[in-house]
Amino acid sequence: MLEYPRWKYLLVAVVLLLALLFALPNVFGEDPALQVERKDHTAVNVEAQRALETFLTQHGVHFGRSYIDSGRLMVRFTSVQDQLAARDAVNAQFADTYRTALSFAPRTPALLRALGLRPMPLGLDLRGGLYLLYQVDVNAAVAQALDGYAQDARRALAAAHVPVKDVTVVASASAGPDSVHVVLPPEADVNAARSALATPLQGLALTTQSLPSGSAIIASMTSAQIRERRDYALEQNMTTLRNRVNGLGVSEPIVQRQGVDRINVQLPGVQNSAEVKDILGRVATLEFRLEDMDHNAYEAQQTGRVPLGSKLYTHTRIGRPILLKREVIATGDQLTNATSGQSQEGPAVNIRLDARAGDAMLRTTRANLNRRMAVVLIEKRRETTEVNGKKVSREVTDEQVINSATIRGVFSNNFQITGLQAGEARELALLLKSGSLAAPLFPIEERAIGPSLGRDNIDKGVTALIVGMAGVFLFMWIYYKTFGLVADLVLLANVVLLTALLSMMRASLSLPGIAGIILTVGMAVDANVLIYERIREELRKGVTPQAAIRAGFDKALSAITDSNITTLIAGVVLWVLGTGPIRGFAIVLTLGILTSMFTSLMGSRALLTLMYGGQRKVARLSI
Amino acid sequence: MEFFSHQTNFPFMATRKVWYTLSAILMVVSLGSFFTRGLNLGIDFTGGVSAEVSFPQAANVDAVRSALSTAGFREPQVQSFGSSRDIDIRLPPDPQQTPGEVRTRLETALHTVDAGAQVTQLDVVGPQVGNELKVSAMWALFFTLLGIFLYIAFRFHTWRLSLGAIFAVLHDPILVIGFFSLTQMSFDLAVVAAILAVIGYSLNDTVVVFDRIRERFESNRRSPSDVILDQSINQTLSRTIMTKVVTSIVVVALLFLGGPVLRGFSAALLIGIIAGTYSSIYISSAIALDFGLTAEHVFPSVKKAALDHLP
Repeated sequence: MLEYPRWKYLLVAVVLLLALLFALPNVFGEDPALQVERKDHTAVNVEAQRALETFLTQHGVHFGRSYIDSGRLMVRFTSVQDQLAARDAVNAQFADTYRTALSFAPRTPALLRALGLRPMPLGLDLRGGLYLLYQVDVNAAVAQALDGYAQDARRALAAAHVPVKDVTVVASASAGPDSVHVVLPPEADVNAARSALATPLQGLALTTQSLPSGSAIIASMTSAQIRERRDYALEQNMTTLRNRVNGLGVSEPIVQRQGVDRINVQLPGVQNSAEVKDILGRVATLEFRLEDMDHNAYEAQQTGRVPLGSKLYTHTRIGRPILLKREVIATGDQLTNATSGQSQEGPAVNIRLDARAGDAMLRTTRANLNRRMAVVLIEKRRETTEVNGKKVSREVTDEQVINSATIRGVFSNNFQITGLQAGEARELALLLKSGSLAAPLFPIEERAIGPSLGRDNIDKGVTALIVGMAGVFLFMWIYYKTFGLVADLVLLANVVLLTALLSMMRASLSLPGIAGIILTVGMAVDANVLIYERIREELRKGVTPQAAIRAGFDKALSAITDSNITTLIAGVVLWVLGTGPIRGFAIVLTLGILTSMFTSLMGSRALLTLMYGGQRKVARLSI
Repeated sequence: MEFFSHQTNFPFMATRKVWYTLSAILMVVSLGSFFTRGLNLGIDFTGGVSAEVSFPQAANVDAVRSALSTAGFREPQVQSFGSSRDIDIRLPPDPQQTPGEVRTRLETALHTVDAGAQVTQLDVVGPQVGNELKVSAMWALFFTLLGIFLYIAFRFHTWRLSLGAIFAVLHDPILVIGFFSLTQMSFDLAVVAAILAVIGYSLNDTVVVFDRIRERFESNRRSPSDVILDQSINQTLSRTIMTKVVTSIVVVALLFLGGPVLRGFSAALLIGIIAGTYSSIYISSAIALDFGLTAEHVFPSVKKAALDHLP
């Protein structure tokens, strides 16, 4: 008699049933689909749906069912060719009204969808799309914070009547910008300066240094403060990117942090990278500054003599020259929200700033009532020019004054810009919001995969999986007969379990991921082979069949765990250090080893005990 | 069915000089090629541009190459792959170029050759990303080796067995790298992942053999070490070959059916599996023997254990 504890049977049964349920949505596959949404972000209605359907029929495009999902129209197709034809037709006809995105619609039945069960999301290499990796200039964000401190220090020292030679932001070679240096002339009272600086520079570490001429107070940010500031800048960039990506109307976009200063953006179905990058890559910051009303801007423009402490701009909208004070009242990263709305005087933009900027705004507006304040949008882009036949790319900074308005009251962090045209308010609000990036970002990597190539990759991966598994199944069956079939069942259970785990984790499946599943099938056989070879060995020794099964499992255990651990080590290292598809492979490999140990040790033992355990005496084993 | 119906009895230990020599030759060739020819690093590591373009008719590779040169791309590598209508373009990294401009310039240049040319896949990797991937691949290799060394040291109480296993761990990836250097197949990130998987997986057999050695020593302490080692390898031989044959079935399926993206990856796995099987059968145990492995090393408390078992 062979015995196996009842709870282990139960465990195997429950795990496998759950696994079947979670893996089920993957069976139905996906249809290529076209997602259509209105450019003005209003919902697509049923009439529009009918109209589009008629339009597609007239163009001879075969499509399946179409349905409206949260204001967007989804149209299913049976082939990628139809999908592309439909997209081109819709784009050609309705470029002004609709924005289209290539997508996939899962064929999962509504019942399963209602239970929250969904198939594994496909990676970009399998569904086509655009992958972008952005580098965020986090040091610029730190420098911006230090600029703020430097300005506060200047103001505090002036208020305390301490003479100052210079206040500068200083960068160290290792950490980038990390301190503000306040250089004092010899006659300045260092202690008075320190006490004046205590409040504005709160939180920074202050040290005093004596120089050949005078002395310097060095206020440094701690490494924790710098890290915090960099993290904040990255998070803010991610939020902004996410907003811009959402505006693109892409289905299931991913915006992810990668390492200390990188953001990766994955846009499934997107093909036109130039347009996307235009929108995502625009790097903008904002500055609120006072207008210099004591000098004549026209005169400055004509003579080229700009008064000290001011800078000459051209007001983009009106086209007239404008002089702005160099001092920055608030910056874009301090802007928490900007929305367009209505005021008594017509369209307006409501602006909210954070507390620090609010304080500065309060001080400024109190002292400068009825003077004018302007908003400067600073955009960075790379420009390639040809110099002596060689292409040279450099960073170009465009600064433009997007608004200037009279300060009509004392306000702090919550105010309105009024006196705008109807369309202007909306545009300004958007500009203000997109300008609230604390740190510029640059694309450093781009991968685009065409939709048909993605389909091709899936087909190849699935073919390799089916052929590989069939080969293994056949081989095991021939070599181990009935026991081989048991092993095949166990392998199948392993694939189901692995698929279920991956679906639950919502880890996206890439081509290396499929390779990982295939490899897992090959490797999971190992445990079964170890056990079966042991059983054969025991049988050769003349042990009874049932005792041989028991001994086979018991004696193979240490070899199975030992040999799997080494592969597990490699899998975990790749999981931790890898990115993108490599990480996908590592996840599959690691989980696959764990599931294969479960299925071959517990699953196959349960099955074999069920088959041979009940009988009093087993004459021979089919192995 | 059985390949090994009767217990095999190959004299692995007696013939070990032959296998050492074979291994040494392969490793010298691999390392020699690596240091002289180097690897054909993919754009994952070098940075640069890799594009796949499909043409409506058979593509004229030379015309494409000259069109790219005219458009100002330096050293374009153009070759056809798959069908005659598909070409693969590789461009070296250009720090002055942002990913954004590449596509437009590339498409403009290609359209001078054929207006119907379509870029189906475009990868642009900045040079700094490539360098970082190189570094992180090195770290991954380092941590995997470290983890496995620690595991081996902990698992096999004697350094003689550990040394044999470590040799196998170094032997297999060196041969894989040698293969990639000799064939100049593109060495990309997926190949590194395959090598790490191979390091873990090929050690499988070594561990199983060592496990058997431990067991054999326990039940038969009087036999000389070389006899025990031969017995252990022979007894696990059927399993070693079986497992590797089955794994090779799926890897071969991947190699031929998985498409160009997975070709390097599956080739690395296949070579690694073959090398790993070889090293665990012929090399790792033999090394332990040459460093004087005996039962006492595996069971430091052999005498005490023997006494405990007396009635």
